[in-house]
Amino acid sequence: MMAFDLLLAAAIIWSAVRALTLRDAAHAVVLFIVFGLLMTLAWVRLDAPDIALAEAAIGAGLTGALLLDALGAFRRMPPAAGTGGWTRAIILAASGMLLFAFIHALLAMPYGERVVLPEWVAAQVSQSGVTHPVTAVLLNFRGYDTLLEVGVLLVALIALLAVAGSGNASRKTAVNPMLRAFASAAAPLGILAAGYLLWAGAHRPGGAFQAGAMVAAAAVLLHLSGRLPAWVAPGRLLRAGLAGGLLFFLAAGLFMTDAGAYLTYPPPSAGSWILAIETGLTISLGLALAGLFLVLAGQGRAQ
Amino acid sequence: MISSALLYALVGCALFVAGVAGVLLAPHPLRRILAFNVMGNGAFLVLVGLAQRAGFPDPVPQAMVLTGIVVAVAATALALALARRLAEPEDEQ
Repeated sequence: MMAFDLLLAAAIIWSAVRALTLRDAAHAVVLFIVFGLLMTLAWVRLDAPDIALAEAAIGAGLTGALLLDALGAFRRMPPAAGTGGWTRAIILAASGMLLFAFIHALLAMPYGERVVLPEWVAAQVSQSGVTHPVTAVLLNFRGYDTLLEVGVLLVALIALLAVAGSGNASRKTAVNPMLRAFASAAAPLGILAAGYLLWAGAHRPGGAFQAGAMVAAAAVLLHLSGRLPAWVAPGRLLRAGLAGGLLFFLAAGLFMTDAGAYLTYPPPSAGSWILAIETGLTISLGLALAGLFLVLAGQGRAQ
Repeated sequence: MISSALLYALVGCALFVAGVAGVLLAPHPLRRILAFNVMGNGAFLVLVGLAQRAGFPDPVPQAMVLTGIVVAVAATALALALARRLAEPEDEQ
């Protein structure tokens, strides 16, 4: 299987370099989406199906949709002057040295010590309320990271709304009837898949992140088929949905201070708490990720 | 013989460096946003590949990378919104 890994490694580097060097921006974005899908394969090879799911849906899918939607806005932009010959040579030489230093540091790292983190996780996972170790780390052992990350996503969306300004959100372009029919079949299936991923996260790859990404994908599809308008200013209900997951997570953390520390799950009911928090997060993450696209789509039609 | 996880960590180094060079050299904001994403993906590969070089999956860096992917898409969207405001014609502001 090493041959496959080498081939995949070469393909990943090739697609990334092409995405950064191709002259045409549209080609570059398509190459970047190919790069994201190749990365998904790499995550599968690295025994990380959770990341593979998120990379396919968010890294390649949602980021790709954002970039493709932005292409139109950049066509009007006058081409900027490239970096001069000497500066270019110096930057490339410095990058080469950086790569050499990184590879040397990586290969010189001592191999001998036991890797303790997976063992700690394996020893504690029975106390966490779930059986899938990645979900246990995300929601229980490193719950703070996830809590703050949802906050970061919300802050990014608020900043986006402030920057994007008001545009005319109605999409007047004609929609392909095939796309319309496909979207009305695929969007409900996406929501169904989100429910499954949310439930499956307790004992196998899946969870709130992947489920939220499915919700966002369904929203993007509905927008592209003309059934869901872009966002200009979210109404009350939408704001409640966006903030609800984070607020519930914060409140649950206050409620679970058994051992004297914030966000300490009581082992007997940890599973139910995690499912409740993940349900709230799926709704909020799904809306926020969809919002990233829907706000930018509204900005695109400002002129 | 290097393990396949270490191979992906090395690929991560190459991606990170390609991204750094791209951010510094690309004149177009869209290309810089692409390069920034390539950098991020490189860092993710190093994080997981290095932790798993002994051959066992490690859920701790995997969970961190999951978080990182969501933060990266949020940053990309914000960068695109800023770049699109820059691309708007002057007289409309």
